Amino acid sequence: MSDQQTNPVISIKNLSVDFALRRGPFRAVSDVSFDLYPGKTLCLVGESGSGKTVTGRALMQIISKPGVIVEGSISLVKPDGATVDIAQLDPRGKEIREFRGGDIAMIFQEPMSSMSPVHTIGSQIIEAILQHSKMSKAEARTRTIELLASVDISEPELAIDRYPFEYSGGMLQRAMIAMALSAEPRILIADEPTTALDVTTQAEILDLVKRLQVEHGMAVLLITHDMGIVAEVADEVVVMRHGKIVEHRSVDDMFHDPQHAYTKQLLASTMKLEAGAANAAKAVDDKAKPILSVRNLSKFYGTEKNGVQAVDDVSFDLLPGKTLGIVGESGSGKTTLGRLILRIVEPTTGAVSYRDRDGQDVDVIGLNKKRLRDFHADVRLIFQDPYASLNPRMTVREIIGDPLLVNGRLRGEALKDKVTELLDLVGLEPEVMERYPHAFSGGQRQRIGIARALSLEPRVIIADEATSALDVSIRSQILDLLLDLQKRLNLSFVFISHDISVVRYFCDDVLVMHYGKLVESGTAEQICTDPQQAYTKSLISAVPNPDPRNKRMMHRTRFDVTAN
Amino acid sequence: MSEQIQNQEGEVSALVSTYGHDVETLGHWRLMWMKFLRQKLAVASGIVIILLYMVALFADFLAPFDPQKAVPKLTYAPPQSIHFFVEDENGESHFQLHVNAYKVTIDKAALRRVFTIDEDKIIPLKLFVEGADYKLFGFIPSNIHLIGPANPNDPFFLLGADRIGRDGFSRVLHGTRVSMSIGLIGVAVALFLGMLLGGLSGYYGGVTDMVIQRAIEVLSSIPTIPLWMGLAAAIPLTWSPLHVYFIITLIVSLLGWTSLAREVRGRFMALKTDAFVTSAILDGSSELRVIFRHMMPSLTSHIIATLTLAIPAMIIAETSLSFLGIGLKPPVVSWGVLLQDSQNVRAVAQAPWLLAWPGGAIVLAVLAFNFLGDGLRDAADPYSH
Repeated sequence: MSDQQTNPVISIKNLSVDFALRRGPFRAVSDVSFDLYPGKTLCLVGESGSGKTVTGRALMQIISKPGVIVEGSISLVKPDGATVDIAQLDPRGKEIREFRGGDIAMIFQEPMSSMSPVHTIGSQIIEAILQHSKMSKAEARTRTIELLASVDISEPELAIDRYPFEYSGGMLQRAMIAMALSAEPRILIADEPTTALDVTTQAEILDLVKRLQVEHGMAVLLITHDMGIVAEVADEVVVMRHGKIVEHRSVDDMFHDPQHAYTKQLLASTMKLEAGAANAAKAVDDKAKPILSVRNLSKFYGTEKNGVQAVDDVSFDLLPGKTLGIVGESGSGKTTLGRLILRIVEPTTGAVSYRDRDGQDVDVIGLNKKRLRDFHADVRLIFQDPYASLNPRMTVREIIGDPLLVNGRLRGEALKDKVTELLDLVGLEPEVMERYPHAFSGGQRQRIGIARALSLEPRVIIADEATSALDVSIRSQILDLLLDLQKRLNLSFVFISHDISVVRYFCDDVLVMHYGKLVESGTAEQICTDPQQAYTKSLISAVPNPDPRNKRMMHRTRFDVTAN
Repeated sequence: MSEQIQNQEGEVSALVSTYGHDVETLGHWRLMWMKFLRQKLAVASGIVIILLYMVALFADFLAPFDPQKAVPKLTYAPPQSIHFFVEDENGESHFQLHVNAYKVTIDKAALRRVFTIDEDKIIPLKLFVEGADYKLFGFIPSNIHLIGPANPNDPFFLLGADRIGRDGFSRVLHGTRVSMSIGLIGVAVALFLGMLLGGLSGYYGGVTDMVIQRAIEVLSSIPTIPLWMGLAAAIPLTWSPLHVYFIITLIVSLLGWTSLAREVRGRFMALKTDAFVTSAILDGSSELRVIFRHMMPSLTSHIIATLTLAIPAMIIAETSLSFLGIGLKPPVVSWGVLLQDSQNVRAVAQAPWLLAWPGGAIVLAVLAFNFLGDGLRDAADPYSH
């Protein structure tokens, strides 16, 4: 680390944070040490529960109750060279407030909930400025307009008087950054700043942070779970697990010469998805008739004057045994499309045709309630959120067995045997049968959801962002499980996702959606390596590449919506 | 999203740390019970409420006298206190439950009796004493009382006597029975209507929702007290007072379901879009099964809490209406009826126990129900902290 002759702006030594729980203290952060240098970015990486967010919050003493710093020091070097140990300050004291939002600023994951909805963007930034300087209101307003301009918000003179709901997610995150920069901090803590944003917006925000960092010489602590982002922006990487640092390296060493087994595993899960085409060798008869074909499907919400075309004239075929990916950013209509096929939402126009077990074409849109139930037994949905999709008041046995019970297929001992079989299929022990969903982690819950979907022996599964709520290592496990099940049970998948790398790994064919329209379709490999349409190009190039020697995002193609 | 997931990952460990490792196989009710037990105030209130209902059930046995038994010469006799030891002529004290008798003088100027405690004369008390006949639970004939004077005609007024010399203690105990139970029927009716109409409104939405919500708005705009007064006037005089009150409660609860219905509707609307409900529909569950198997269980705990908070409202309603003379009327004994006696300022000045004891009983019952309800509401969501 030859380029770090400069002194650190803040150094964290042996930091430990305890959460006092009823059954004794729980050590969320244990013996963590690292330094931040001006102009450098340190990425704190880890899966959920690794203590990365708590560490970030500890730097400003804003750990939520009942967490307390029990050991260690956080020495902040003041511009005049003196140091202050933030860990010793009273979290509710006056001194700490000087540093919070002053020397150290923070941006959060959810821009929507980090801004007050009842005040204008401008008034919130002005308030932040007045907290830390003796400007007049008019001066603060001028400064706010400058700040908004510096974070690339167009027409800042008008944008300053808008309310948060008038901003898009990306714009709000920009405004948050402007607010964080208002006191010219020397340290910026960004806690998953782009996790809630689309890939193209994410790329823009990361660009912006990088540019501002260079301009102001800030030290940035970026907390993330995405190895791709790490490769794109980090100088140094700290990998955390169970509250401890497992590895602390420069970014290049980290990716090309990982030492710790956990780091290797984390990288392997990321790289595996990047490799793509896990099912290239799949032998599928291309001449087979489609099992599901969608023609000119549209959904319009609202009135003619003031409405949204959520899905606009989409057609595609799903061949038996194949996996069709539907990719798009938020608001592209991909989730609605999945729901239209199942008629959870009724389409405005269009046709869905399903080829049933006897080879008969069934017009799904025209089905009555009873026949629709048969269709739902053959075409199943896997949900995004493994927490909300399992009834918390039912045991695993009841959850998985419910479809069989209500369809009158099995009951009593036979049902229990079937549930055992299904649990085995998704890699869970039969003992878990009597437990309630709250006893399981996200990945296990998603397995339960999959077992429920499989219970009726379906032929098609629509997976709506089925892996996006999961950690990267769990994600690849679930994807492998789905691939394995596809082979064993001859399933066809419609896989809806915003995550290009997952789609590339998992799908045979891909549809790209944008504003409800089908933009491009092709094989997964072709879409990911050789996209034809401008939108697809910008989408693909915005995906962070987990290789610090080949930063993709910096050379990405931009796509201007207004130009199209 | 991942922030939320992280919280929920944390939730599992928090649950384990709170309830121990058995948490995995514990159902919702067990979790709720464990969380409830940690709230000391709510548990204590629960015990108080159980005791109050025990008093209601065994009022005949616990009360020394028939609540209607009047001793005209002892009007407004003050409370006596129980003593345990008496001294015999040798100056040795030995155990004997007793109260002191009254000395009565006539205040000629005020034209009323003045009672003083006569230290020399004792009224011995006995446990499990024979007294007035009653039927326990309405069918077991008995005349045993927990405590009472050895001679049933001696005065024994733990909480003083009223205007015509009836025992305040016996009357408060008997009042518990009516006051604690009469609201239950009204609450049950309100519960049934609230769940049914609120559920329909929330589940189906659209026109159904529109009609039910407008009906609720009309109903909740009707002022209750004038309605009660009107109804009280309209009901035939030949009906027994308890019967009249029962009918009025029923009618009022026909109006009182609205708030519960709104709550149930809101919860149904929120639940309807939950992924597990969508999933149940896709699993092929019928509408009734979706409502009763999947949605209702998520509501029951909240409904229990709402109910617990609705009962004290009914107790207060009974009290205020009886106090105004349009609810229960004598000879029915309830806390509200007992308070009627203290409407008169002179009576309160002369015999403050007429106000203090029934009033105290009401405060105790209402507070206990409120604390219990709050505790249940917090416990109803065991996943929160």
